[in-house]
Amino acid sequence: MKDITINVIDESGKKHKLITPLEMGLNLMDVLRSHDLVEGACGGMALCATCHCYVESKHEISEQKDDELAMLDQLFSVDEERSRLACQIQIEESIDNITVKIASPD
Amino acid sequence: MIKTDIIIIGSGPCGLFAVFEAGLLKMKCHLIDSLPIPGGQCSEIYPKKPIYDIPAYPEVLAEDLVENLMQQIKPFKPGFTLGERAEYLEKNGDDFIVITNKGTKHKAPVVVIAGGLGCFEPRKPLIDNISDFEGKGIEYIIKDPDLYHGKEIIISGGGDSALDWAIYFAKKAKTVTLVHRRSSFRGHLDSVESINELAKKGKINLITDSEVCQLEGDGELREVMIKNKNNENLSIKTDFWFPLFGLVPKLGPIKDWGLNLEKNAISVNTFDYSTNIEGVYAIGDVNTYPGKLKLILCGFHEGALMAQSAFKRVFPNQKSSFKYTTVLGGIKGF
Repeated sequence: MKDITINVIDESGKKHKLITPLEMGLNLMDVLRSHDLVEGACGGMALCATCHCYVESKHEISEQKDDELAMLDQLFSVDEERSRLACQIQIEESIDNITVKIASPD
Repeated sequence: MIKTDIIIIGSGPCGLFAVFEAGLLKMKCHLIDSLPIPGGQCSEIYPKKPIYDIPAYPEVLAEDLVENLMQQIKPFKPGFTLGERAEYLEKNGDDFIVITNKGTKHKAPVVVIAGGLGCFEPRKPLIDNISDFEGKGIEYIIKDPDLYHGKEIIISGGGDSALDWAIYFAKKAKTVTLVHRRSSFRGHLDSVESINELAKKGKINLITDSEVCQLEGDGELREVMIKNKNNENLSIKTDFWFPLFGLVPKLGPIKDWGLNLEKNAISVNTFDYSTNIEGVYAIGDVNTYPGKLKLILCGFHEGALMAQSAFKRVFPNQKSSFKYTTVLGGIKGF
């Protein structure tokens, strides 16, 4: 099974390099939560913003759906260019070596 | 003072089903929830989303699951304190007293925390003196719309809640101003069309690409300053401001009750889902233990085991005899 690398900058600025397998049907929130880096309270339904992050690298990521946009729209810490909900980003080869920074859920 | 056998904090699916399991053992329940309707996040956040992992339901809408649970527990006549947040937990002899933010007191020998993700609290704009005007011109949840008829109001937000209220008040308030940070809205298409139509007719003062940045008043809110993306300011006199930016889950006052917490959840003993405070249990998404899965079906199981343990506390001199509902000859309520 192939792995990819996820680079994470946590809220204190500390950097983490996470190795995660493809083909497990995971999303980025699942991976971050398993390393205690986000709460992921709603379990991945784009309902709580506790996995809000800024994408710091230039990667082609799956397009945002209405649920995610609606949730991000309510946040004061949103950055229109970089904000994503990690639960809406699937772990796939195209995001190998992505860098994300954990953001506030407000 | 409301007296019962079990106080359940949280009326989501796990809290509701706990009423059933307790009822089978002849224990009465009273539920407290900060939201105005039962169902927790199933009712408030995703009523129209289908759920696929409820046993025997290949697919069920969250709102239908809640409706079915309400039917299922009806024979046990649970009490409800809705729209109030459980604020304080006090020991009183063998009983507990739970007091809400509105001062409603509840007394029971057993408390079950089924708070899910926690209290859903409004997401508050980051304005320094905002708390000075909460309840004095600023409301995050509109409970009694009649209070605002004939008034000058400002609504902030771009989601369904902000749009729906703006449409409602366009007919009822003296003036309605809708302020949104973006140029477009993400609410239902029908609502967006209605808003644009009302704005064209002058029934709604629509201000986009802007946000409220400053508040002025003399004890009561009198005026808000609105800043647009070009940093231009506009002052508007108002009676009320409703910032409607959705709800954010927080553990709330429960975190100060002396319970063992781990990662924002309550640690429990999986034998009976009891907490470190004897007589206080935690079930559903609010608890944690090794191997915890945040699934509704797991919360149902936790509620069943909790009820067996709670029985010993509610009826210390009686022995519980476990019976299948199939041999009870129907559910006998209170």
